[in-house]
Amino acid sequence: MQRTERQRSLKKRQSIWQNRPGEKRLLSGVKKTAFQSRYAWIGFLLPSLAGVLIFVLLPFADVVRRSFLTAVTEEWTGLHNYELVFANQAFRLAVKNTVRFTLVCLPLLIGIGLFLSVQLSRLKKVQLIKSLFLLPMAMPAATVVLIWKMIFAKQGFLNAGLLLAGLLPEGAMPDYMGTGASFWVLVFSYIWKNLGYTMVLWLAGIFSVSEGLTEAARVDGATKRQCFWYVIFPNLKGSLYTITVLSFLNSFKVFREAYLVAGSYPHESMYLLQHLFNNWFVNLELDKMAASAVCVGAVLFAVILLLQRLWDHEEKG
Amino acid sequence: MQKAAAKGLLLLLGLFFCAPVLFLLSGSVLSRYELQESLRPLMADTEKLITWRFFPVYPTFSHYGRILFQTPQFFIVFWNSMKIAVCILLGQLLIAVPAAWAFAVYPFRFRRILFTLYIVLMLMPFQVTMLSSYLVLDGLEMMDTHKAIILPAVFSTYPVFLIYRGFCNLPRGLMEAARIDGAGEWTIFVKLGLPLASGGILSAMVLGFLEYWSLIEQPLAFLEDQTLWPLSLYLPEISLEQAGYSFVASVITLIPAVFVFLSGREYLEQGIVASALKE
Repeated sequence: MQRTERQRSLKKRQSIWQNRPGEKRLLSGVKKTAFQSRYAWIGFLLPSLAGVLIFVLLPFADVVRRSFLTAVTEEWTGLHNYELVFANQAFRLAVKNTVRFTLVCLPLLIGIGLFLSVQLSRLKKVQLIKSLFLLPMAMPAATVVLIWKMIFAKQGFLNAGLLLAGLLPEGAMPDYMGTGASFWVLVFSYIWKNLGYTMVLWLAGIFSVSEGLTEAARVDGATKRQCFWYVIFPNLKGSLYTITVLSFLNSFKVFREAYLVAGSYPHESMYLLQHLFNNWFVNLELDKMAASAVCVGAVLFAVILLLQRLWDHEEKG
Repeated sequence: MQKAAAKGLLLLLGLFFCAPVLFLLSGSVLSRYELQESLRPLMADTEKLITWRFFPVYPTFSHYGRILFQTPQFFIVFWNSMKIAVCILLGQLLIAVPAAWAFAVYPFRFRRILFTLYIVLMLMPFQVTMLSSYLVLDGLEMMDTHKAIILPAVFSTYPVFLIYRGFCNLPRGLMEAARIDGAGEWTIFVKLGLPLASGGILSAMVLGFLEYWSLIEQPLAFLEDQTLWPLSLYLPEISLEQAGYSFVASVITLIPAVFVFLSGREYLEQGIVASALKE
């Protein structure tokens, strides 16, 4: 009985709905917008996608093709170019230095950044300090070249300071740019430039850990140190992955300072992959460039995907 | 007490990080004679050490005068830099904002794959794509023109990623409601989307300006004609004998970058944080 009552009222409602004037027009309107919204993305995305295809993807496919051909006659040579690249002394040196640079810089940058951010997070009104650390990011490499020369030259400020402090042995005045120490000058410039944004990222991570959580731990008697290691730090793993990826990729930009201070052929301790690519480009050694671009691209691609995988895993687990 | 000490130390370290700016400012007002005296040890192989006065005895603006009134060359280079940076940013606005909208709002096929591709491209360093860029630019006969620097950068995928995040905050229901009220997709984008994305757009512009103002790799590879060079390649060419000129040119180069940095600091930080967030 009740059911039929309900069915009847439903039917009534439906008939009202269907007989409403203008209903047909409205329905067709919905269909039209559904069609529009289904394909509208093409119009929005197309300019960007076309540009990416023309300027990056298609030419990179051509580079992959060329990496199997000879440079001038464009004949098939198989893996010959790759063999040439891996046997190349300069390539080995550059890879070694780049890997060494990354392995030294990343832990240093990430560690120092984390330490300073934890200190900053305990203070109030830190905007000014944060800005001071960020400013180097805004300084074009070209404007610091002169300063770097003044600091790291044989007669420069660094030696003057060390002499004043009595830290240099008698008569020794190292020239930082012309020796193996130039590697450390590069490490310093990298950290100088990138510390600010690393701190911004760490701070964002630290502040995203809810305050209630840390307060509860404090109430339960955790010391400041325990509070950091057992409450905050485990929540920072996501930040760690992103900071690693971004810092790693920014490490390639250290070429700017390196090139401007020391030119195309710096001391061999700081001859990086970026120098090598640049020199091959200048000498038009396109076959080697193609093969090594494919190799470096593939390695970076793998690293990026691997880090992303790790990160996904971390979030799920 | 302990906190004040920590703050003091951090402040000192921060000031140390900004010391190059002080060097540049003081160097730009040192007289020719004083500059020569302090920098002479760098030019000769002596045991004498470099000296420096942060507060010059006879400050002078003569170097500024010389660069502003007697060196037309400097203006050419300055405007080259400006043209490159501004054109890239305008182009990115036109291309990247709609693309970010497409990724944020429409659940089309291949969306995930394409977006991952965009992220990978945004993370690739210039050296990997150097040869491929050269092949296109050479094919389009754009080598040795400003277009060679501007066009590839316009299609950079980094701003797409930054702006995308702002659009994601658009409530789905709002969009459906607008559609039922008969709004076209373009109207929805302009009226509902753009206001939401302004933060992301500004972040992309601030980060972009700092990046393109100090561009080195691309002009070094693709521009041979020195009259087309930007400031970042021109500055290091000035020899140490003309140190005064070099200091002033550096200060002038620094001004737009620091101006953008100070006025957009908030968006700069937002942008940095946004680029670290995953999809």
